[in-house]
Amino acid sequence: MSEQNPVKTTGDTSSFKMLRAMVGIGLACALLIVLTYEGTLPRVKRLRAEALEKAIFKVIPGTETKQTFSYTSEGGFVKQEGEAEAGSQLVYAGYDEQGELVGVAIEASGMGYADVLRIFYGYNPVDQTVIGFHVLESKETPGLGDKIEKDANFLANFEALDVSLNEGFSALENTVIPVKQGEKDKPWEVDCITGATISSRAIGNIIGSSTEHWVPIIYNNLESLATADEQ
Amino acid sequence: MAEQDQKNKKGFLATANGQPSTDEFIKGLWRDNPVFVQVLGMCPVLAVSNTAMNALAMGLATTFVLLMSNILVSSLRNFIPKQVRIASYILIIATFVTITDYLIQAISVELHKSLGAFISLIVVNCLILSRAEAFASKNTIGKSIQDALGMGVGFTFALFCLGAVREVFGSGSIFGFSFFPENFQDWVVMILPAGGFFTLAIWLLIFNGAKQRKLKTS
Repeated sequence: MSEQNPVKTTGDTSSFKMLRAMVGIGLACALLIVLTYEGTLPRVKRLRAEALEKAIFKVIPGTETKQTFSYTSEGGFVKQEGEAEAGSQLVYAGYDEQGELVGVAIEASGMGYADVLRIFYGYNPVDQTVIGFHVLESKETPGLGDKIEKDANFLANFEALDVSLNEGFSALENTVIPVKQGEKDKPWEVDCITGATISSRAIGNIIGSSTEHWVPIIYNNLESLATADEQ
Repeated sequence: MAEQDQKNKKGFLATANGQPSTDEFIKGLWRDNPVFVQVLGMCPVLAVSNTAMNALAMGLATTFVLLMSNILVSSLRNFIPKQVRIASYILIIATFVTITDYLIQAISVELHKSLGAFISLIVVNCLILSRAEAFASKNTIGKSIQDALGMGVGFTFALFCLGAVREVFGSGSIFGFSFFPENFQDWVVMILPAGGFFTLAIWLLIFNGAKQRKLKTS
């Protein structure tokens, strides 16, 4: 350590020097952060949009194009152009090659075992079923709770989960409910996972409450969702 | 001071006799390895080493922050008064952690999601502050770069050692490539926090055993 250049420990350091150092470093750091943020923002936005698109295409099999719709306070859907305002209620309609509506992707969230779970599921208004499921955000225990993303039997619940409406099209005929593993005998029940009970029950309940809210609204506004714009 | 400046002019790797030296780099890899010898930065070591990819990404992110903060602290060592040095170092480290956070988001949203809050927690990794205070604030830029690279690579190596073992036994794969037979039952405990402690203990045993053996033979 013969080449060390120790920090000066003697002598008075004026307040001005301390202020100069802190303000100078603070300004330089702020500039660096702003430059990096501005430089990376376009790519981050693009990657997020791609991830969202991938999730939509996954939960609505057969989708070729998509269109974002915003649910208005008047009770209808309008096409969402550009960035949505914070707090907007969005749904994503997926269309096939002919521009026919294949399904609607809906985002839902609720409390899991470790933290809030954010998921996407696809709704097919023709068959009145949930046709796909994808976890957007999860902090569930690795190896246990995260089976909700990998367990083939659990994922099979969401290939044709019944969310049929009642005769008046005002509410679900049967609410989606989670049941113990191996006890599923109704098409609206979600077969949970032993070893990931809390996480898989949470998914069943999240989809149950979200479909109760969204399915009647979407079904009664299908005309406004039925037209595709190329995206 | 004049002598120090003269040495600095000889180049990044110059020593007292003018010969290039990589001592500061080598020490971080083995003799003073931040994980296996100094046992520093245990929070990310145990939390993010559940897969080889996460371990590698966290190691590289920490190396980048360590390198950039060492360069800046060393460059400004005569400008920062002693009384405000720790606050200044934290400010510098936090800036590079924020930059790293943005860069990882721009590289891969998935990777950013899997590293989660641990990217922000690099700020409080005692390894980085200790290198700024104990080394970069007292040495030339060249030596500080060597020190940061040595410690960073040593940290990344240690994290990778843990991540690889935990992923192989906990998920039956490495970098996502599975090589065990289908009926292999994953050791779930290995990707839980307890598995981090077990693996770290085994690596510490191996590392210290090898050191002891080397000492005896020499």
